[in-house]
Amino acid sequence: MKLGYYPGCSLLGSSREYGESFCAIAPRLGLELQEVPDWNCCGASAAHNLNRELSLALPARVLGLAERAGFAEVVAPCSACYSRLAVANHELQDETLRRRISEIAEVEYRGTVRIVNVLEVLARFASDSLARKVVEPFKHRVACYYGCYLVRPPKITKFDRPEDPQSMDELMKVIGAEPIDWAFKTECCGAGFSVSRTDLVAKLSGKILNDAVRRGAEAIIVACPMCQVNLDLRRDAITGYLGREHTIPVLYISQAIGLALGVDEQSLGLHRHIVPVALSQNTTAEPVPVEPVSSGREDA
Amino acid sequence: MHGNAHEVVDDIRLGAAVKEVTGESVADCYQCGKCSAGCPLAAEMDYPPSQILRLLQLGMPEYDEQALRSHSIWLCLTCEMCVCRCPKEVDLPKVMEFLREESFRRGMVNPKARDILAFHKAFLDAIRHTGRLYEVGLIGSYKMRSFHMLQDMLAAPKLLLRGKLKLLPHRIEGRDAVSRIFRRTIGKKDDSE
Repeated sequence: MKLGYYPGCSLLGSSREYGESFCAIAPRLGLELQEVPDWNCCGASAAHNLNRELSLALPARVLGLAERAGFAEVVAPCSACYSRLAVANHELQDETLRRRISEIAEVEYRGTVRIVNVLEVLARFASDSLARKVVEPFKHRVACYYGCYLVRPPKITKFDRPEDPQSMDELMKVIGAEPIDWAFKTECCGAGFSVSRTDLVAKLSGKILNDAVRRGAEAIIVACPMCQVNLDLRRDAITGYLGREHTIPVLYISQAIGLALGVDEQSLGLHRHIVPVALSQNTTAEPVPVEPVSSGREDA
Repeated sequence: MHGNAHEVVDDIRLGAAVKEVTGESVADCYQCGKCSAGCPLAAEMDYPPSQILRLLQLGMPEYDEQALRSHSIWLCLTCEMCVCRCPKEVDLPKVMEFLREESFRRGMVNPKARDILAFHKAFLDAIRHTGRLYEVGLIGSYKMRSFHMLQDMLAAPKLLLRGKLKLLPHRIEGRDAVSRIFRRTIGKKDDSE
């Protein structure tokens, strides 16, 4: 199965292990990825914070190039890129707007491309090739952290349940993991404030880590570079805010699946994490009794 | 609907401009407060999200200005929780987006939002001439714009050691086209501060 591939900037830089692991598992599942030619940055959170037309024209160039290359579907593993491309694609269904933005972007776009997220793509293989190819079941208790952009806004993503999504949990079950039930599945990590308001990221991400650890998760599974960076690279700031250190690692879904498929750790980029990925060998941890802790929102 | 913001909004009340540009009606909101309850940063805001809408509903110049000068509009993370839970499906993130653009355009950005704005501008600096994000450039530009020269001094070596910082930018073929997209949209405004 051929699919257009939009890596986005993070997957070539600060989150390169996401790109590496996604590209490592794709062929094993029978998925052929073809990069959108000469793609540009989607504009991320900066463009839509300052200029609406810019926030539409940057994705419009990508969509137009993908359409010209003949892709009906394009996967954007970074959920922030996915969101920007999907939101722009939704807005560009308005013909007048699409014409104007196409002119700005210098690429004719007819509105035919569909943007899909990483969970949608992987789910297509879940019951078939993924289930058959698991060689080392990922027997760990995991907190599936979806964040904001995979499930919201539902009228655009049209994917899973916005408040208590299940698709990542289902994928984790297929590879042998035990997803926990927890309260912060779709709470925001602080996203694009990682640099400018690290204090707020520490607070929001700290609550997420607290809940996952309190309920006995051994790893947090994510599908978004911003979530991963905030929970991993910003661990020192989180520790400062919480006043206690959590050592729980934060893995991309493609890394967890890669491990289950028997891909070596180097190819999955596990050595690139800030918080070491030190998981006990294939043993589902004893369920940890839930401590009576306040909701984690007491200072919100 | 979907008009060009800059041509239509100077002479009308902000709520009407929101309707004109985004298609969202601030009058739809009946102030249930669900957006403020679900907002991860409501506690940090000077006006929680529902009150921003209330300011616009009142349709008075001084309240319009309070909204544009608020810290709240810059703290909005576009996490989309509010619109997801709104019983009237008011697209508040879209309204916030419009208010930020107007606040920026009119030079009314709240001083507390300085670092957030500096980061957005630095991010755009780091893509406009190459087409893709140049992370080393982003950090450099942010330091210059925010004057936080020492910030992340400890994070950078960690990233470098793990092969996560590329020292040279990726330059795409269409980088000139990307620069022209910038000129046609945000223009030179982002260099104004």
